[in-house]
Amino acid sequence: MSWTVDPDALESIAIGAGILGTGGGGNPYLGKLRIRTLMAQGRSVQVVSVDELADDAVVIGVGGIGAPTVGIERLPRGTEPVEAVRALEAYAGVQADALVSVEVGGSNSIVPMIVAAYTGLPVVDADGMGRAFPEVQMTSYHIYGISPTPAVLCDAHGQVAIFDRISDPRTLERMARVVTVEMGCRGDLASPIMAAADLRRTAILHTLTLSRRVGDAVRQARRAHGDPGQAVLSVTGGLEIFRGKIVEVERRTTRGFARGRVTLTGLGPYRGASMAIDFQNENLIAWRNGQPVVTVPDLICVLDMESGEPITTELLRYGYRVTVLGIPCDPKMATPQALAYVGPGCFGYDVVYRPLRERLAV
Amino acid sequence: MRIGIDVGGTNTDAVVMDGRKVVGWTKTPTTPDVTSGITAALRQVLADTQVRPEQIDAVMIGTTHFTNAVVERRRLTPTAALRIGLPATAALPPMVDWPPDLRETIGGHSYLVHGGFEFDGREIAPLGEAEIREAARDIQAKDIRAVAVSSVFSPVNPEHEVRAREILQEVIPDVQVTLSHEIGRIGLLERENAAIMNACLTDLAHTIVAAFRQALTDMGIHAPFYLSQNDGTLMGADFVERYPVLTFASGPTNSMRGAAFLSGIRDGVVVDIGGTTSDVGVLVQGFPREASVAVEVGGVRTNFRMPDVYSIGLGGGSLVRTDPLTIGPQSVGYELTEKARVFGGDVLTATDIAVAAGLAEIGDPGRVAHLDPARVQDALGRLRQMLEEAVDRMKTSPDPVPVILVGGGTILVAGELAGASELIRPDHFPVANAIGAAIAQVGGETDRVFSLAEISREEALDQAKREATEKAIAAGARPETVAIVDIEEVPLAYLPGNATRIRVKAVGDLDMKGRGP
Repeated sequence: MSWTVDPDALESIAIGAGILGTGGGGNPYLGKLRIRTLMAQGRSVQVVSVDELADDAVVIGVGGIGAPTVGIERLPRGTEPVEAVRALEAYAGVQADALVSVEVGGSNSIVPMIVAAYTGLPVVDADGMGRAFPEVQMTSYHIYGISPTPAVLCDAHGQVAIFDRISDPRTLERMARVVTVEMGCRGDLASPIMAAADLRRTAILHTLTLSRRVGDAVRQARRAHGDPGQAVLSVTGGLEIFRGKIVEVERRTTRGFARGRVTLTGLGPYRGASMAIDFQNENLIAWRNGQPVVTVPDLICVLDMESGEPITTELLRYGYRVTVLGIPCDPKMATPQALAYVGPGCFGYDVVYRPLRERLAV
Repeated sequence: MRIGIDVGGTNTDAVVMDGRKVVGWTKTPTTPDVTSGITAALRQVLADTQVRPEQIDAVMIGTTHFTNAVVERRRLTPTAALRIGLPATAALPPMVDWPPDLRETIGGHSYLVHGGFEFDGREIAPLGEAEIREAARDIQAKDIRAVAVSSVFSPVNPEHEVRAREILQEVIPDVQVTLSHEIGRIGLLERENAAIMNACLTDLAHTIVAAFRQALTDMGIHAPFYLSQNDGTLMGADFVERYPVLTFASGPTNSMRGAAFLSGIRDGVVVDIGGTTSDVGVLVQGFPREASVAVEVGGVRTNFRMPDVYSIGLGGGSLVRTDPLTIGPQSVGYELTEKARVFGGDVLTATDIAVAAGLAEIGDPGRVAHLDPARVQDALGRLRQMLEEAVDRMKTSPDPVPVILVGGGTILVAGELAGASELIRPDHFPVANAIGAAIAQVGGETDRVFSLAEISREEALDQAKREATEKAIAAGARPETVAIVDIEEVPLAYLPGNATRIRVKAVGDLDMKGRGP
């Protein structure tokens, strides 16, 4: 089923993608402004289901890479991701039939739409994470064997770097990160190239629709002065794991990643309880009264209690009243194969992944 | 002696201070033109205190003139936005996120040229000097005299913005230029927005500075005057003409600073209860905690320093309804003295409840004597609960903290507040805001990204502190009184090389020597 992204859908997707960003992924606000500007120029964005594509249709993944702080200062020229895709097509000798997001959480939900608006290609209703993660190899595409290269990275000047013959996505992550720094800490990466059949097999499906529905639910709750956290859960499944107030935020930088821990004290039904959430750009593990209750790859979403606005880890601050949601990840991200890329151990935690419903015994 | 003036939505307050002592104060209604209300307040307070105009050393004014101009889209100067960042940034041109009516009011002129810096100080492109010259000629041809210049990563390196101003001045001799790095922080659109807003207020700033000067002269006061900024520090008349936007939201800041001064509390929560709202803010080392998210003014996102204030619809004029019991957010506002029961009106307000409970003697208590005491107590309880929730929301830990009540609505609160280690109602609480203006200091701030791969964290902090201190002294602080009041470090995510953004603020006492007539 295909649909057109109209201004109303765009508004909802931006909110939903922010929430699925689980504290990271970059703020979709600027991306939303971009699409709105392109729409005003008469351009449009079509979203298609993977089932509408022929098995051998060529789909190219595309997304931004770099520091969100740079992203809000050195704004894009405009066609960087388009040029990345076109350069990849030329190098690989293919023609894209559709585009797909690598990461639906945060600003990378929007990047394929920018390319779609310029090229007229449709965007597939899917992504490689169903949330946000910090590194290239943490996508279901690579976990299930899609080659990370050839890949093309394009900067604000239109300069491109081509990566090829790299079979380990972790190697691409390291090499692309170094080039990105040289590019001023912000670039757009076109990768991977997939047949639609492979995309169907490996991708987290219907996640643009999901982010739109999450956004719709939050907006509805705001209008009705309802509980935005419950509204999110009604669409995503999952559980409210805490309501409380932020009382402490510790931060440190390691290997270029902003890591830290936020501590909350309970309110309402959680009065007397405490929660700590460890984060590395995204929220990784939520501990309630010292016990892990939700871990990656399940989603830990911290929302402003009243507005439902997602609170990114950069904005965590004393005094915020928040609702914390635990949302189960897609089953594709919870297999033993996937946990080797996105489980708690990949972030340095000696904690075994157990689905949140099992941990909370409901 | 000093005079502090605060222009609020309802009242213009004036206070005379001799050192740390409050000599006297007055409240007069705010007038639509603002200036005549200020004149009236000045005249009143001088008459009340018998202080002679020549005894006044300085006048400090907190005013809503500039915020109102943006909100009402009035008296704004046509402005051109010049952005230095090509080939980057073209995707989102200046004012892309502005409400169309405001963009049209100032003309919507924008120019993009090559230049700007990367996060680490490399040039994105050499500065497009010829492009700037061409833009300047076009700006002059359109008869625009105000220009806002923004350059990518100008908080890290302002060189291109500074050079652009030189070129603009060469081409357009009487141009008024605002440079974004002098106003905002990292975040190009928001910083640029603040710069454009500042530029479009510069004509108004000249008019208002002249009007204030005239008002003081008419009163026989020849002392210098200052306007309060939203970080609780002062700027001189010449500064106001260049940076009027920094007066936004100075009202809540003044009231928090006044509360800190009057109570002697440096860390705590301040509740300013006015006619329509209660503003709750947090004092950290005697200064308001700043908001860390983008703040909208007149529908435009900006990121310059603003006090972190949580407002609830509860004030002296709040409507009280029974069955079921509700208080606010509707308020009779400035019509309190006509519409409230104790003043002969027929609207039940929070003030009527306070009078019925015997907390205050205002108007005619006989007009509320018939109210059911149980219901009056219920209403007082609800009112207290609303304030307790607001205070708890802003606190930084579950531990009880001192709570300072200021503003005319302080009379609404009986007894204690949960979560407060002590509840302080300082002397002169109705005019804490004007006192905050009168005692304000001068400050300087630096906000930059440092690469800790090149210098140590300590060196970076020292450099930032030095810069902030120098800026405070340049703004008129006595060097020996300058102290660092705030340091914030935010590591930049997803980057190797330990890039860290460091923000430091320094303040000191105003150096009055050599500034008087």
